[in-house]
Amino acid sequence: MKVVAPLIAVWAALLALLGMTVGASLVLTGTPSLVASLGIASAKAALIAWVYMQLRREGGLMRIMALGAAFWLLILLGYLALDYLTR
Amino acid sequence: MTELSYLEHGHSLKSWLLTTDHKRIAILYFLSITFFFFVGGAAAALIRIDLLTPEPDLMSNEGYNRAFTLHGVIMVWFFLIPSIPNTFGNFLVPLMIGARDLAFPRLNLLSWYIYMLGGLFTLAVLVLGGVDTGWTFYTPLSSMFANGNVILAATAIFVVGFSSILTGLNFIVTVHRLRCPGMTWGRLPLFVWSIYATSLILVLATPVLSITLVLIAAERLFGVGVFNPALGGDPLLYQHLFWFYSHPAVYIMVLPALGVISELVSTAARKPVFGYRFVAGSSIAIAIIGFLVWGHHMFVAGQSMYASAVFSFLSLAVAVPSGIKVYNWTATLYKGHIALDPPFLFAMSFIGLFVVGGMTGLILAMLAVDVHVHDTYFVIAHFHYIMVGGTVSAYFGALHYWWPKMMGRWLPLVWGRLSAIFIFLGFNLTFFPQFILGYLGMPRRYHVYPAEFQTLHVLSSAGASVLGLAYLLPFTYLLYSLRHGEKAPPNPWGATGLEWTVPSPPPQHNFHELPTVDGPPYQYPVEPDTKREGAHG
Ligand code: HEM
Ligand SMILES: [Cu+2]
Repeated sequence: MKVVAPLIAVWAALLALLGMTVGASLVLTGTPSLVASLGIASAKAALIAWVYMQLRREGGLMRIMALGAAFWLLILLGYLALDYLTR
Repeated sequence: MTELSYLEHGHSLKSWLLTTDHKRIAILYFLSITFFFFVGGAAAALIRIDLLTPEPDLMSNEGYNRAFTLHGVIMVWFFLIPSIPNTFGNFLVPLMIGARDLAFPRLNLLSWYIYMLGGLFTLAVLVLGGVDTGWTFYTPLSSMFANGNVILAATAIFVVGFSSILTGLNFIVTVHRLRCPGMTWGRLPLFVWSIYATSLILVLATPVLSITLVLIAAERLFGVGVFNPALGGDPLLYQHLFWFYSHPAVYIMVLPALGVISELVSTAARKPVFGYRFVAGSSIAIAIIGFLVWGHHMFVAGQSMYASAVFSFLSLAVAVPSGIKVYNWTATLYKGHIALDPPFLFAMSFIGLFVVGGMTGLILAMLAVDVHVHDTYFVIAHFHYIMVGGTVSAYFGALHYWWPKMMGRWLPLVWGRLSAIFIFLGFNLTFFPQFILGYLGMPRRYHVYPAEFQTLHVLSSAGASVLGLAYLLPFTYLLYSLRHGEKAPPNPWGATGLEWTVPSPPPQHNFHELPTVDGPPYQYPVEPDTKREGAHG
């Protein structure tokens, strides 16, 4: 049970966040809606990385590697912004 | 000494299809990749026949589009990307680092089955009539207008992507965890460095392609607006996402070849590789910088000119690590005792063609020039010089070099030399005219063209038939050698590297006792196990 409990807790949290995504998309529009949905999505990703992907048990090297993957995403988003913001 | 080789260890079909031996999986890949190479080649033959005359003669417009799409899809995802990593990488990485297998042998087998599943989807696309979007699947054509089997083709590529990811993951973990005692990072063979760099790209880039293909399907099937302006999407977003994968993917195709060439050149020259650290480091540099240049495919697509300027500059920067490799190979050959064996001839033709391909890449990376030559045969010639002239030559070079190790049979050197020469000549005759055609304004992806272009097109098609026959040639004498070739000793070329310390073909578990390494790599010269006539002529 010790192993399963956090998994279930995170699962419930993910479902709650999903509910918030749906709710936000109904209530908000425009930039606030965008910010809210991106924020919620990041929270979900962080939960998955931290608990499901076991980063909370790993040492520094592993966490740096995971940040590396996030950095790669930043390259993609950064250049996209470069194009879209200067067009 | 009486230990059975990996080839003798079980002869049933089951012993092959359920094997977890990296060497057998390499052979499974070799067979399936060779099959797709010829299917993709058949599509190329149709294209070149149709282009013999200015009129459409063999295919309808639609049929022509389907032919070049299938050619591109098969050659990129079912031949070039898996070619060297999944055959030679699979076979050699454990042997080269002194390990008994990859870190995850069963995952390795799974990766082959996933590749085959993707391949079946591709064959289904072929049987059901094909797809006409080009290998690039640009939106809104692919997501709205194309009437071929877009979803099925996207599924095929989506599936085969998982094979890439698993293989990359396996190599990364293997190189980190399974190096034998004394095999420090600074002693890794350069082929292993290049496979490691390739694996990083496989793992970091492929998921982006997968997601992008899913988005196309979502837009096509459910009308979710991502790329279609009418639904609030942006078609250029597709090109960004696609090239974020596909430019690094061109380095997936060429980095392993660069690794092969480092091995072939030092063996042929009987000298250590000049500037080992720089050659190893440049593989990593290429892998990283390769992620920063994708916008050079979008110079005329409506991308902001500031973004274009940045992408142009960074594209020119990729030439630096590529140049380091070429200069270092040249310095390795300088004053070497060069043996004109088939692997060396393939390596030389690789270097020459890679330089032409790379230099024309720089031309394309210059903003103003690209406006003139974008989407012409100049681009076609550029990337075929690298991917076919370069990577396929390296693939054949590797095949000749490691064939005695993999199969335990010596190959006919004269025939090997001849096919290296014919492949070089056929290749140049096929693709050099395309630089001129493109510069004169012949657009890519058309099968109808002005009459004045015919001479160059005929030259190109003539070259393609030479090239096609030249590619068939090695398969005939290599097959012949399986039965009639002399038995190969452990180290026929006189090469350094742990793979040459075990018998040919290697025993099932590679090493009796795990080896220990106590010196730097490439300590040449090494005497070959056999004296061969004419080997140093
Ligand atoms: C010095 C390094 C290189 C530079 C600067 C470079 C530059 C370019 C540029 C600017 C284009 C776009 C041309 C256009 O569409 O107008 C291009 C296209 C292409 N390059 Fe390269 N390239 C380099 C190396 C490579 C390598 C190593 C490969 C493959 C292994 C490759 C494969 C391709 C392919 C496949 C395309 C065309 C894609 C398509 O539109 O279908 N390039 N290259
Ligand atoms: Cu590119």
